[in-house]
Amino acid sequence: MDLDTLISKFQKKDVAAFEQLHSMYAENILGVINNIVQNPERSEEICQDVFVKIWNNANGFNPSKGRFFTWLLNIARNAAIDELRSKSHKNWKKNLSTNYFVGNLEAHDDMDSKIDIIGLRKLLKGLKEKCTELIELLYFKGFTQKEVAEQLNIPIGTVKTRNRSCISQIRENMKI
Amino acid sequence: MDVEKYIASGILEQYVAGTLSEEENLEVQHYAIEHQEIQHEIESIEKAVLEVTRAASPGLMPKSFEALRNELNEVIPFEPNIKRKSAAWTNYLGWAASLLFALGLLWLYLENDQLKSKIEVVTEEKTSVEKQILDIRNEMTHTEDLLNQLRDQNVDVVALGGQTASPKAYAKAYWNKKAKKVFIDAQGLPEPPPGFNYQVWSLKLDPLTPTSIGLLENFVLNENKVFELENPNESQAFGITLEPEGGSESPTLEQLYTLGATGP
Repeated sequence: MDLDTLISKFQKKDVAAFEQLHSMYAENILGVINNIVQNPERSEEICQDVFVKIWNNANGFNPSKGRFFTWLLNIARNAAIDELRSKSHKNWKKNLSTNYFVGNLEAHDDMDSKIDIIGLRKLLKGLKEKCTELIELLYFKGFTQKEVAEQLNIPIGTVKTRNRSCISQIRENMKI
Repeated sequence: MDVEKYIASGILEQYVAGTLSEEENLEVQHYAIEHQEIQHEIESIEKAVLEVTRAASPGLMPKSFEALRNELNEVIPFEPNIKRKSAAWTNYLGWAASLLFALGLLWLYLENDQLKSKIEVVTEEKTSVEKQILDIRNEMTHTEDLLNQLRDQNVDVVALGGQTASPKAYAKAYWNKKAKKVFIDAQGLPEPPPGFNYQVWSLKLDPLTPTSIGLLENFVLNENKVFELENPNESQAFGITLEPEGGSESPTLEQLYTLGATGP
């Protein structure tokens, strides 16, 4: 079954289709949420809530507005950022933009974490810090191009081209 | 368009990140449909992002979807329908109640109307019965009055026998000499033919002198057939003849119906 059919069934409240979509994307959504919330247990709860929200709002997805995964990412990020806001009222934005998690893997070596550090290292092999930071801000934290440009202190045009080159590097690493 | 250059611009990576405007999104989709390479490139970019985000996951709990399924069951199954149903049910209840109420009112109205007309009928009947009672009482009073007059001690009773014109006919005269009145009981006379009246005569014999004392008017309508007439004469006999309407100067003896002499 192709993705479009699956999504269309899910939108008609087909639980089996929803289960399949869950198995395709739940780990990714959890990864994104935990990257922001940095609390695996709480992240799992939020991830659960996100999927309930997705199910109840299935018709909120409009293919003309982008990819299904992009829609999921957006909902997950918003839920995670809401959590962050409720935990630390004043500093949430600062925390969000300065805590690099994916790009600072060494810092988590000592954690009793189930995160696939080896996998991540393999994917991010050879990527410069500026690359991993950009990936994290754009895909995990949902920053706009303008926000990324301001955060990394680079022109907007550079955000585009650097994004392209960083993703290409990851794609190369995936082939190894 | 230059597909290579479009891909190299980095717009597809932004598309997957969701940072493009609505117009840019539509443009990307349009080109993706037109050019297979663009569609493949989008999918490859998404795959890379999926890999990285998946690797960043702290690991879902086992049977994560089963927990989710329970929540879906809580949220979804027919709850809105049940609510809608119960709402509809109460709506119908309201309508049914008002319909019943309206029917009740209509019934009461009709019942009341029927009772009113029954009362009217009964009132009419009552009036009619009252009138009948009044009539009967009047009649009785009249009859009593008549009877009293006939029983008066001054009354002589004269039997008038049938004559040649009508042998079966008979009548009685109750003559109160003092009151100068005579009551003719004409029960035994046949109904006079149209255009004729019975005329009552007071007779003196030697020589035979008839004096008219009156007509038995409205013979048919007089129910007890007792007629009251003035009689100032010293009568020796009474006779009744059938005369043309309005009466005659002298009796038509061929039409003498009854005759009877007074006194001993």
